Amino acid sequence: MTTTTPIEEDGVTRRDFLYVAAGGLGAVGTAAAIWPFISQMNPSADVLALSSTEIDLEGIETGSEITAVWQGKPIFVRHRTEGEIEKADDVVVADLPDPEPDADRVIKPEWLIMVGICTHLGCVPLKEQGDYSGWFCPCHGSHYDTSGRIRKGPAPKNLVIPPYEFLDDTNIKIG
Amino acid sequence: MSFEPKNKAVKWVEDRLPITGMLHHALYEYPTPKNLSYWWTFGSLAGVMLVVQIVTGIVLAMHYTPHVDMAFESVEHIMRDVNFGWLLRYMHSNGASMFFIVVYLHIFRGMYYGSYKAPRELLWWLGLVIFLLMMATAFMGYVLPWGQMSFWGATVITNLFGALPIVGESIVSWLWGGFAIGNPTLNRFFSLHYLLPFVIVGVVILHIWALHTNGSNNPTGIEIKDKQDSIPFHPYYTVKDMFGLAIFLIFFSAFLFYAPNYMGHPDNYIPADPLVTPAHIVPEWYFLPFYAILRAVPDKLGGVLLMFGAIAVLFALPWLDKSRIKSARFRPIYKQLFWIFVADCILLTYIGGKPAEGAFIIWGRIGTVYYFVHILILLPLVGLFEKPKPLPASISEDVLSKSPKAEEASNA
Amino acid sequence: MLKFVKLLSVAALVTFSFLGPVQAAGGGVELKSVSWKHGGLFGTYDRAAAQRGLQVYREVCAGCHGLGLVAFRTLADLGFSEEEIKAIAAESDFVDGPDGEGEMFDRPGKPFDKFPSPFPNENAARASNGGAYPPDLSLMTKARADGDNYMYSLLTGYEDAPADVELSDGMNYNAYFPGHAIAMPSPLNDDGVEYSDGTPATVDQMAKDVTVFLAWAAEPKLEQRKSIGLKVILFLLILAGLFYAVKRKIWSDLH
Repeated sequence: MTTTTPIEEDGVTRRDFLYVAAGGLGAVGTAAAIWPFISQMNPSADVLALSSTEIDLEGIETGSEITAVWQGKPIFVRHRTEGEIEKADDVVVADLPDPEPDADRVIKPEWLIMVGICTHLGCVPLKEQGDYSGWFCPCHGSHYDTSGRIRKGPAPKNLVIPPYEFLDDTNIKIG
Repeated sequence: MSFEPKNKAVKWVEDRLPITGMLHHALYEYPTPKNLSYWWTFGSLAGVMLVVQIVTGIVLAMHYTPHVDMAFESVEHIMRDVNFGWLLRYMHSNGASMFFIVVYLHIFRGMYYGSYKAPRELLWWLGLVIFLLMMATAFMGYVLPWGQMSFWGATVITNLFGALPIVGESIVSWLWGGFAIGNPTLNRFFSLHYLLPFVIVGVVILHIWALHTNGSNNPTGIEIKDKQDSIPFHPYYTVKDMFGLAIFLIFFSAFLFYAPNYMGHPDNYIPADPLVTPAHIVPEWYFLPFYAILRAVPDKLGGVLLMFGAIAVLFALPWLDKSRIKSARFRPIYKQLFWIFVADCILLTYIGGKPAEGAFIIWGRIGTVYYFVHILILLPLVGLFEKPKPLPASISEDVLSKSPKAEEASNA
Repeated sequence: MLKFVKLLSVAALVTFSFLGPVQAAGGGVELKSVSWKHGGLFGTYDRAAAQRGLQVYREVCAGCHGLGLVAFRTLADLGFSEEEIKAIAAESDFVDGPDGEGEMFDRPGKPFDKFPSPFPNENAARASNGGAYPPDLSLMTKARADGDNYMYSLLTGYEDAPADVELSDGMNYNAYFPGHAIAMPSPLNDDGVEYSDGTPATVDQMAKDVTVFLAWAAEPKLEQRKSIGLKVILFLLILAGLFYAVKRKIWSDLH
């Protein structure tokens, strides 16, 4: 019994084309089917709805501070005194471990808004403590100044300033 | 041809764990009857559904909370907020129904073609064990959304164990972890619902191992005699199974995308309320025939025993069926009895969904009695006294006789 | 292959013809039937109707019925702008806290909040409604068989009780409620609501609109589901065709 020779088309048989088409389409379908299983681990709609938080600054007196929550993280919202602002400016920026002028870290100088997570290993620093009149992290002894900048200790970077804007004089939106 | 790995890396693995050799054998060397019909695709479809349920279940478990105060809302959170959550949830709930549809067709195939007969008795038993595990898994899974049917269906079924003498009540409160279905129950059902599918995977491995020991049955019921009767599994049945899968997925998709709540019960969209019983407590459709048998007996313990008995007798099938001939194709009387049995199962399914009132009661009893009469009385009698049609000499002869072109070719 | 297709059609027939009656184990009154725009294979929600339905819900139903699974922000699906959503949310108050002093306080609603329940708990709801509990409506059209038509029939189904039926105190006759005696009086009256788009607010119109809104509230993902479904099934039909051709090709060398 003779075997039928496949019909040749540019060296690729028509039979091969069928197999390639079927296999290819099957692979495309499988990839498309996998996508929902990967996507479902991304933040869900309710979590995304909380990706920005509005904070009312009214009631935070000069020299006092609240801790708000944004995206599950602590946010220090401090109403700084004139003295604290002056102290923040009274530095040689180039000598700082993470050089950054205070003016770059605030929109209005009396409001300091920072992510309250130590840039060393993630503990929450304590306010109004430490050698620089700012924050002190008890975990491994990092000292931050009145602008939230690292001065002494193992933390490599200044406390992070989150993206925020003033909606009006007494309300900010973070994120 | 035996497996001689050319690739060095493959050989390295093979010398230490002969898994590639096993795969090679199963795909290329394992003799599969050349005449398998599409009734033989349901096994692989069942395997696919097991994987689908496990994968969708695992991702759902990333978002579900197994606490009575949060379970219902967590499911709605999945439906509304989780990316593609609605798709995953509907895949899982409709997938459960698909799994049972496929498995029921697979079981009925086995009953029609005598696939449970020697030497495949253990294969049949392993299949029944898988079926029982599926039912336990599905029962517990349905409780998790904590809807009205979840709660009350669980209450009714767990209460049944109270019928057992002496130990009944203790067993029920042991199952519940309390004085009624509650949070302890929900938590443990979640744990076990996650566990059992992996037990099913283990039993499926044994099931396939047992299958490969003696090979597949086929529509003639005649075993493979020589090389002419068989073909390699790959590419013939891999490709046929893939086609069957594509058609099945269309069927699945029709429900999933266009009627996702058709096979469910609206009452389960009402949060569970221990103080309000739904007008009609109904289990999911795949439990309905057993529910009908349960209610057919006026006595609580009797109903429980008969319900479990309905599955227990299936274990005895290889010995109850006295016929030497496997396939119903050559058993004209058994063939008719088989279809009546199928109709009886459909009747029981229908009755199970109806309230236990009026004419439904009588029909439920008729259906239940007939179920046992078929298995315990008719099957042995027919096997002993039926005169079968003449069998073909072999599988290939049967295949050739069906295809006149092929017969000509082989005669040429 | 033909046998396989036959088998699957039988399976589909059995499934479809049977499970409907299997599940409808109660009721028995034939519902009014509306041709909903969101029904069928290609249905989408009538957004104008849904927006009117939201108005009906807020002005008529929300006094007694919660909608606690629906977040204000999801109203964007129905075409509401961010400002409109903020305004709707802000009309309700929510308890938040504790504040720095440990006190709970009230604040206006935000888009991420869910629609509030008018009562703090079920007991309060029953106490205010003669012992009856106005259920949350978030899933109502899915919690009843043929829910869309049921809701519409119920809302337009209030009638005088027939002569031979005696209603207990506080109950109302409804042709479509199981048992025909419902604690809720007819909630809709002609012109009970003034639609901002000028549509005449007849009972029939309001019933349809609020049903569309509640159908969306119960199943907000319906449109994505049907859209993806169409693509999936068309894809599978092509794939099945290709696989069939491959199967025939591979099996052709056997005979």
